[in-house]
Amino acid sequence: MPRILAIVGTDAAAEAMRQIDPEVVAVYPITPQTAVVEKFAEYVADGVVNTEMINVESEHSAMSACIGAAAAGGRVMTATSSQGLALMWEELYVAAGLRLPIVMTNVNRSLSAPINIHCDHSDSMGARDSGWIQLYSENAQELYDNLLQAVRIAEHPEVRLPVMVCVDGFIISHAIDRVEVLDDDRARAFLGDYVSLPGYSLLDAAQPVSIGMFDGLYGYYYEAKRAQEEAMARALTVIKEIGEEYRQVSGRGYGFWEEYGLEGAETCVVALNSACGTIRSRLKEWRARGAKIGLLKLRVFRPWPGEELARRLAEFKTVAVFDRAVTLAGGKGGPLCGEIAATLYGQAHRPRLVNYVYGLGGRDLTQALVDQALEELAAMPAVPEPMLPVRYLGLHA
Amino acid sequence: MKWEIGGIETWPWSRHPLGLAGLAPGNSVLVRTGNWRSQRPVWEKERCNSCLLCFIFCPDAAVVVKEGKMAGIDYEHCKGCGICATECGRKALRLVDEHLVQE
Repeated sequence: MPRILAIVGTDAAAEAMRQIDPEVVAVYPITPQTAVVEKFAEYVADGVVNTEMINVESEHSAMSACIGAAAAGGRVMTATSSQGLALMWEELYVAAGLRLPIVMTNVNRSLSAPINIHCDHSDSMGARDSGWIQLYSENAQELYDNLLQAVRIAEHPEVRLPVMVCVDGFIISHAIDRVEVLDDDRARAFLGDYVSLPGYSLLDAAQPVSIGMFDGLYGYYYEAKRAQEEAMARALTVIKEIGEEYRQVSGRGYGFWEEYGLEGAETCVVALNSACGTIRSRLKEWRARGAKIGLLKLRVFRPWPGEELARRLAEFKTVAVFDRAVTLAGGKGGPLCGEIAATLYGQAHRPRLVNYVYGLGGRDLTQALVDQALEELAAMPAVPEPMLPVRYLGLHA
Repeated sequence: MKWEIGGIETWPWSRHPLGLAGLAPGNSVLVRTGNWRSQRPVWEKERCNSCLLCFIFCPDAAVVVKEGKMAGIDYEHCKGCGICATECGRKALRLVDEHLVQE
């Protein structure tokens, strides 16, 4: 029987980590860290898990230690947030380039300056080209589910890439939520034992291997990056397969995105993470009044499910993309909208695209603000504006 | 395990090991770093007493020793750092600009 818990988001991540029972967890234990590792440290102290937990002196060292442990052939996890992810920066690329299947929770929070501790997606969006798979989670349930699946995705022989599971800071990380947890036996059967690839473990004395070598002055960096692209592309298939397998285990299936009310819709709202809950609750009322509008909640941002997404989005007249980050490219909107615009470029029918930036530095996305956007969308003239319109929801203007 | 890396310079991207791992130990000997050099150490056998300080200090194991005696420089791997010439007490090694010695 699955257990139903009332726990905060960070405890949902720690619960997943307890079941995963990684060999090594290296973390920087104080702020910008979150309570994910505080809870997990309790499990370590209580002997509930067999994990070697390493408290390091910075997030840079946390990721470095994870890289070493993963290269040695262990199942490795960590967690971070905001500035912590920023300090991991160069190591993120190393973990991905060395093809190490590290799994990390990232509690989405803004980046300084000005100093601000609240939710937005600036941290993970900045890391979007670091070679990490990125899964986004609307609530604590999805955080838990994504983490279990992330281990399988990362370790899949066709993938072998690190995975970052993102969840909104405070809104989800620190709020109590209903979480249905798999039985330990069921979870562990789904996870399976970690099998390091033969000949790719530093601690395999029978097959010595060098990891992280210089590629030579006229070397093979280019080839390695191309191979990473290919692994990312293969990850799309693997993510789908594992999402389906997880559905059979848990009753909760996962794909690249989740749809709400898109049958017969003319307008599609695209968003990530917790904002989807607020948007969905407003759409429910709008749809009851006959509005032809629905929601596409994107779960997989890296790899980018471009082909499928382009086909789906091309079916709508208008696509409104909600971005909780900005590219600071001079009023060109957020990263999610930029990706979607690029994806739609090759489509014969291109829907009108509108970008709503919202919630930077934790500014609340209230129901009234969603209504404001929906009213504006409904009143927009049929002829698209020549440039991508970028609106700032909830900005004091 | 023997790791065949012949022709690695032109391998297609799909052929390289995962994450560019080196699948066999001792493979740095296969990477010819001699072409990094702008200067080369030239050995004057007559001045040398085979004290082997150069061998000890060489960071690339590019000093060739045979039967306990200094036997020359491995130009396939010597990067021309010049440490050997600096350490040599008998000035038996001196640095010469590469373009002056290349035939």
